Amino acid sequence: MLLREVEYARPATVEEAISLLATYDGARPLAGGQTIVNVMKARAAAPDVLVDLQDLGELRTIGFSSDGRLELGATVTYAELMASSEVEVARPILAEVAATIADVQVRNRGTVGGNVCVNDPTNHLPPLLVALDATFTIRGQDGERTVSADEFFLGVYMTAVREGELLTKVSVPASSGAGDGFAGLTIGTHGTYIVCAAATVSGDDARVALGCVAAAPVRATAMEERLAGGDFSEAAVRAAAEGLGASLDPPSDVHGSADYRRHLAEVSAARAVLQAAERRKGA
Amino acid sequence: MGAPERSRVVALEVNGEQVELEVPARRLLVHFIRDDLGLTGTHVGCDTGNCGACTIQLDGRPVKSCMVLAVQVDGAKVTTVEGLASNGELTPLQQSFNAHHALQCGYCTPGMLMSASALLARNPHPTEDEVRYALQGNICRCTGYVNIVEAVVAAGGSA
Repeated sequence: MLLREVEYARPATVEEAISLLATYDGARPLAGGQTIVNVMKARAAAPDVLVDLQDLGELRTIGFSSDGRLELGATVTYAELMASSEVEVARPILAEVAATIADVQVRNRGTVGGNVCVNDPTNHLPPLLVALDATFTIRGQDGERTVSADEFFLGVYMTAVREGELLTKVSVPASSGAGDGFAGLTIGTHGTYIVCAAATVSGDDARVALGCVAAAPVRATAMEERLAGGDFSEAAVRAAAEGLGASLDPPSDVHGSADYRRHLAEVSAARAVLQAAERRKGA
Repeated sequence: MGAPERSRVVALEVNGEQVELEVPARRLLVHFIRDDLGLTGTHVGCDTGNCGACTIQLDGRPVKSCMVLAVQVDGAKVTTVEGLASNGELTPLQQSFNAHHALQCGYCTPGMLMSASALLARNPHPTEDEVRYALQGNICRCTGYVNIVEAVVAAGGSA
């Protein structure tokens, strides 16, 4: 397909990339391109300038911060998440979920930063990173700021990253004995989720986030409060999920009605919490 | 700082040969391969990144060439289906496709071969489940996949 005319720049440093993004109107970062190229084909967006991030080595690293948090560079691919020994040690759920995104070809190109910055409501990583209590580092010409997952995802295709800024890394606390779970219903084996839920259980506390039910991931705070007693038996977890569906206003589409998504939200949240509880240390 | 450009000279290795050409920034890699290089074994199927007919190997990893811009592959190594056989001698995988009747209309075959050969390079003896997982991004509307999966498993020697 013939795309609309576009300009292309390939900066050598993060500073150069930010300067390009801030200088040119209609400039957009290009990472793996697994969303933006298709969006350009559909003429759903028409960037004037693509700023290719592939030479920015510092964005392609996985490592640990001095306080032991797992740090994922924005252009780390799903395939790299799956192969990372750091991820395996600190937060294996990230590799587990990455392995279910799309297909081999997309996982070889698609990136962590692309997945979260697109913030398509059906994307896997936004609810997972909310449950994991991730933080997001955003750099602009005026410096760097870090925002929480609850503040990062603003709406459909909208995040806290403003024009002229770049997401540089996502930081996730090391599990420290916490267990993580992810559950939901897909269209086909590894297809798009109709509803998904991510959960982390640490000691007596649970964090639960839902995907596909609203413009941005939704924290199931009432369910979290009911679980605070530390009873993670199947009956208790299912009881804690009751009423979660009624608190949501999910979309209806060809894959499922709003009511079906409310039902799936309760089932998925309970399954994700049960999986997380079973995996936590000492469970 | 390099200012944005509407076109750019790219230098890359395609099937072992060095190529250098100026390409517009908007050109998809699949069109660069087919129209600029004349390598028409790589097919355009859906053009939306779903079907995998345009799969090539970029630095040894399968990717869909309709979801990559040609300017992005400057400095890379590209292998297309034409790069599999050497001197007219089909690879064991290609021979296995032949022996197992793993194609009907043949349109998806180049993409299947590129995904499957990347799998075999990393995992020489894949199980049926591993083959199915590796071929998830390649759609075939004729065969029902049974013979394709059999051909790849047999090429790995696990059956």
